[in-house]
Amino acid sequence: MKKYGNLILGIVGWIIAIIIFFPIFWMAITAFKTEQGAYSPNLIFIPTLDSFREVFSRSNYLGFMMNSIFISIGSTLVCFIFAIPAAYKMSFFPTLKTQSTLLWMLSTKMMPAVGVLVPIYFLFRTFGLLDTVTGLIVIYTLMNLPIAVWMSYTYFCEIPAAILEAGRIDGATVWQELWHLLRPMSLPGLSSTALILIIFAWNEAFWSINLTSAKAAPLTAFIASYSSPEGLFWAKLSAASLLAVAPIMVLGWLTQKQLVQGLTFGAVK
Amino acid sequence: MSIAAQQPVAVPIAAPGAVEKPNRLLTLLQAPAVIVLFLWMIVPLAMTIYFSFIRYSLVNPDVKGFAGLENYQFLTEDESFWPAIINTVLLMGAVLIITVVVGTLLAVLYDRDFFGKNVATLLVIAPFFVMPTVSALIWKNFIMHPVYGLGALFLQKLGLHSIDWFGDYPLISIIIIISWEWLPFAFLILFTSLKSLDNEQKEAAAIDGANPFQLFLFIIVPHLQRAIGVIVMIETIFLLSIFAEIYTTTSGGPGHATTNLAYLVYSLGLQQFNVGIGSAGGILAVILANIVAYFLVKMLAQNLKGR
Repeated sequence: MKKYGNLILGIVGWIIAIIIFFPIFWMAITAFKTEQGAYSPNLIFIPTLDSFREVFSRSNYLGFMMNSIFISIGSTLVCFIFAIPAAYKMSFFPTLKTQSTLLWMLSTKMMPAVGVLVPIYFLFRTFGLLDTVTGLIVIYTLMNLPIAVWMSYTYFCEIPAAILEAGRIDGATVWQELWHLLRPMSLPGLSSTALILIIFAWNEAFWSINLTSAKAAPLTAFIASYSSPEGLFWAKLSAASLLAVAPIMVLGWLTQKQLVQGLTFGAVK
Repeated sequence: MSIAAQQPVAVPIAAPGAVEKPNRLLTLLQAPAVIVLFLWMIVPLAMTIYFSFIRYSLVNPDVKGFAGLENYQFLTEDESFWPAIINTVLLMGAVLIITVVVGTLLAVLYDRDFFGKNVATLLVIAPFFVMPTVSALIWKNFIMHPVYGLGALFLQKLGLHSIDWFGDYPLISIIIIISWEWLPFAFLILFTSLKSLDNEQKEAAAIDGANPFQLFLFIIVPHLQRAIGVIVMIETIFLLSIFAEIYTTTSGGPGHATTNLAYLVYSLGLQQFNVGIGSAGGILAVILANIVAYFLVKMLAQNLKGR
């Protein structure tokens, strides 16, 4: 009886999972159809790589992809430059103000992007940052910094202070302590933090659409250009989308466990 | 599996050795992050507030000066203002309800063991990693297209008329797309939270003769309350700024049917270049978000203090 129940549960669970995943699956197979075949709902067809070739030859796809890569990795690195020293100080040398500083940092995330769209646009215009990779790196760094500090802080807090103390007693210098003790112990946590920051920056569409056009547009903004009703090229749209989505989805699946912590600032365990 | 192993990451509590007097060198480590975030928080916001009180339009550069509450008055008298407010609230409310309710049911289902559950979980959370512009376009074209969309083909097979989703039910279409994007978020958090529910508690309730519905209502739902609170608050902040999906599918139309606050600010400020009125709209969004943020930060503070 129990086994029977589990079987039904499993079937229901899988049906729901397939329904939810279906649009992504459909995009993935349409990418391998011809442009004419893309409009028919056939599941059986001769797969072709034509759309991928077209996407690369007809548009500067590689350029947009490089923009996405530069912007997401660049902003993550800059984020860490600011976040790691701050998190190190907060976790190993906390003061009475540390908690309120952390909360205040998080509260900067609560600002809806639309509230500061107009001034940011004009600041960017004044400083020549519109449609530049640097501009988006600046925005995404600021957007992700609270999450970076918060997550690094949580990971540092898990490292027992006694180990660092033991190192100090054995005569390790500060740099030796950081390099030989702290770095290896915090590396797993920091790498999942990095992955989460990259995912957020990669998929961000509000700022990328509003602040970039042809030159520095990342993939989010480029795909938006397929929205014109005249340009209904489904196979090409699918090919471009699949390449833009697939790598990040794999990263997302890998960080599934840490994701909840990063998304909720540790409020849900 | 022990509970400790399931949930390795605890919310940190300040070390007992918290010192009163901060070391200057150490404070220096923290200063850059604090300073850039402070500037990021204060400068654009101050500018939005300032713009919202002056006459500032790039189309009429001669019109200048202090405007008082004029911009706010113009904004509220704009024919798209009230539709935008109503659409924002409807969109937020509907997406919140759908994601929390469906997410809870899914989390309860996935809390049980079944074959290939881990793989199925990956499929369920996948939409969260799809960039908003791609989500919007695959739904708009492949599923909801009135002629070639799979929905239309399916209805035709049944002998029914196909639905012109974005023509006849524009806001509902947007709500469907955004719910699909945010359901994995709600599910993932609720699912994680459910795992920390003590099995003994469930077993004790079962021994006391609780049926599955009682178990759900009196054990599971109260346990999830906190997670639901977090989902509602975080989604609210993001849903206030929903933009890319509307931009790529309907451009706020037909008429003002899918114009929300974010799209209105974009269209006033960056399309019509009326900086003053656009900024006034931005301030409204900030006020709405702050009300929500107040509760979220309060809850996180309780969390930090170890409850």
